[in-house]
Amino acid sequence: MEAHSQSRNGVAIQVEGISKRFGALLAVDNVSFTVQGGEIFGLLGPNGAGKSTLIRMLTTLVPPSSGTAVVAGHDIIRDPNAVRASIGVIPQNMTSDPELTCAENIGIHARLYGITGARRRQRTAELLEAVGLSDRANALASTLSGGMRRRLEIARGLVHDPQILFLDEPTTGLDPASRISVWEMIAHLRAQQGRTLFLTTHYMDEADRLCDRVAIVDSGRTVALDTPVALKASVPGASRIELQFEPDLPHGAADLEQLPAVKSVRALGSATYRISSDRGPASAQELIELARDLKLELKALSVQSTSLDDVFLHYTGHGLAEMDEAAVPAGRAKKGGPR
Amino acid sequence: MMRALALVERDMRKFRRSPALLFASLVMPLMQLIILGNAFGGNIKNAILGVVNLDRGPQSVDVLERLRAVGANARTFLPTDYDDQGAAINDLRKGALSAVLIIPQHYSRDLLERHQPRLALITDNTDRTVAGAVGAQMADLVASINAPQVPPREPPQAALDVVEVYPYVDYMKYFLPGSVSLAIFMTAMIGGGLLFIDDKSRGLHEGYMVTPITKWELILGFNLSGVIKAMLAGETVLVLGAVVAGIPNFFQPARLLELTLMVGLTSVALIGMMFFIMARISDPLVPRAIFGVLNTLLFFPSGAVYPIAGFPRWLRLMSNCDPFTYAVHGFRTLLLKNVGITAITTDIFALVLTSAVVLTGATLLFRRTL
Repeated sequence: MEAHSQSRNGVAIQVEGISKRFGALLAVDNVSFTVQGGEIFGLLGPNGAGKSTLIRMLTTLVPPSSGTAVVAGHDIIRDPNAVRASIGVIPQNMTSDPELTCAENIGIHARLYGITGARRRQRTAELLEAVGLSDRANALASTLSGGMRRRLEIARGLVHDPQILFLDEPTTGLDPASRISVWEMIAHLRAQQGRTLFLTTHYMDEADRLCDRVAIVDSGRTVALDTPVALKASVPGASRIELQFEPDLPHGAADLEQLPAVKSVRALGSATYRISSDRGPASAQELIELARDLKLELKALSVQSTSLDDVFLHYTGHGLAEMDEAAVPAGRAKKGGPR
Repeated sequence: MMRALALVERDMRKFRRSPALLFASLVMPLMQLIILGNAFGGNIKNAILGVVNLDRGPQSVDVLERLRAVGANARTFLPTDYDDQGAAINDLRKGALSAVLIIPQHYSRDLLERHQPRLALITDNTDRTVAGAVGAQMADLVASINAPQVPPREPPQAALDVVEVYPYVDYMKYFLPGSVSLAIFMTAMIGGGLLFIDDKSRGLHEGYMVTPITKWELILGFNLSGVIKAMLAGETVLVLGAVVAGIPNFFQPARLLELTLMVGLTSVALIGMMFFIMARISDPLVPRAIFGVLNTLLFFPSGAVYPIAGFPRWLRLMSNCDPFTYAVHGFRTLLLKNVGITAITTDIFALVLTSAVVLTGATLLFRRTL
């Protein structure tokens, strides 16, 4: 077991020009980034974008075609076993053995990290308690719900108290309640123990809620990398305001276009307009004042902030959902291939 | 080493929870031993022999009495009288009879006049085993008819006495070494390499591939757990089979140790061989497809069921390359002859050599990455 100080204070993951090719398909294309110790770093992208291939390279499951990475101070090509000893991995697939009990799954995983005897029993009990599965310690993993099984996977990944935890789409396939439970657990891991978390997801809300920084991945390349707030701020005119006047504006959309905060106006009919603005909710004040000056009643006003979906659309030119639909059938064509 | 033991622990816990696996590993070879042991190698009994007596004279009555004596004692066949030769032949063709004996007209007169009358035995040669047994019994019967009433003054000059060096070996005892080897082989087929393929097909291998377990520890873990299970299966079938087959002096400690050594060596060789075959396979359907072929290629040429001396040359060559052959020979020597480990040094060498070759090959082929 190693201390967390290295990942807390320094660089936890340094990726340098890493690529992965499966035959003619370039799954990951010259990706570089740095993850600081103690942060939650997210890879956001649709299925087939190369997220899982990238995480599999960083966790030494798949060798890169070119480039390299240093994880927890160890090169993934030259010293893969040191990397493995320093990281915990929660793969996308459920990898706990369904024919073993929860306690056995954790205990055997502990043994794989050289933890034996009383320490193994103690660690198993601690982790079962931490993930709320103490009462299911002797239940077969096959009898657990999807959310419970995912919590068991997280417990297994933490058995050796790793510096860095990799989570590959940790909430995929879970119901909303289980998703929230896993989110709370991830937030707790960082808050209580300060370890570095590296997760992939294709859920915008998940990345927005959990990650300190997000890298947007599309077709094997990182197209943007920053904090969720900065990413959203980087999208011009991303705040959308919808409002309805009673009666209608005397000059229609032209009355709105003269306001400084407004970038564009679209008339939706029935005295209703949609405005794009760079200034977000602050521009609502100007609209209220306009209605007062023109002695109009403002019947409806809603402000929609920029979402990561907008960011994704801005940087890639297409929405996340449409890419997911296109990628799902092809992305799983070959076992061990890109995802 | 510690990490390899984690895989062993996992497999043993799963093995304990899988009654079907235990059943397949232990009960099937035992059932095979009992059923095949009783089905093969027994004397033919109760074949129905149709007898058509066209003579009715005193010498034909003597033949009938001798036939009934066989039917009452050795019971190789049970004679049934027919008046009509055509009806008897018809029943033979339909399978109601195994053979038909025709005592010709004037048999008694010709015999007394030393005109060498001929009894006709018509057999159903679609079943050569029964036809051969009835033919042999009838040859003895005719020889007894021809035996001189008064012993010759001069006894024969030469005679042959056959002495069996070991206690009587029935087919069940003969088949027991094959059953023990088969139990080990079945465990090798469903354990060892197949477990890794099963893990791969269910994505479970990713769970331990991300841990610091090395390639050597993975190979050691899978093979060690396979060997333990194969040894459990082999020892169980060995002990139960020896009791059922009635192997004399089986529980001598030295003999048990020698047999356990053979079980261990056979387990390492067969588990290693299966791991070698499975090292690069990912599709779980492939092993299932090749199991039947492997069983035929390895089990039947080994001499487990039928002596290798009866094989054609090409099959004998195949037997020489089959590790199963050495396992069966080693077990047979220890179980049926009880002559000690020095008599099976060739078998031990062959199994050790097989283990070394297949485990080296498996190590070269095995990839630790996905």
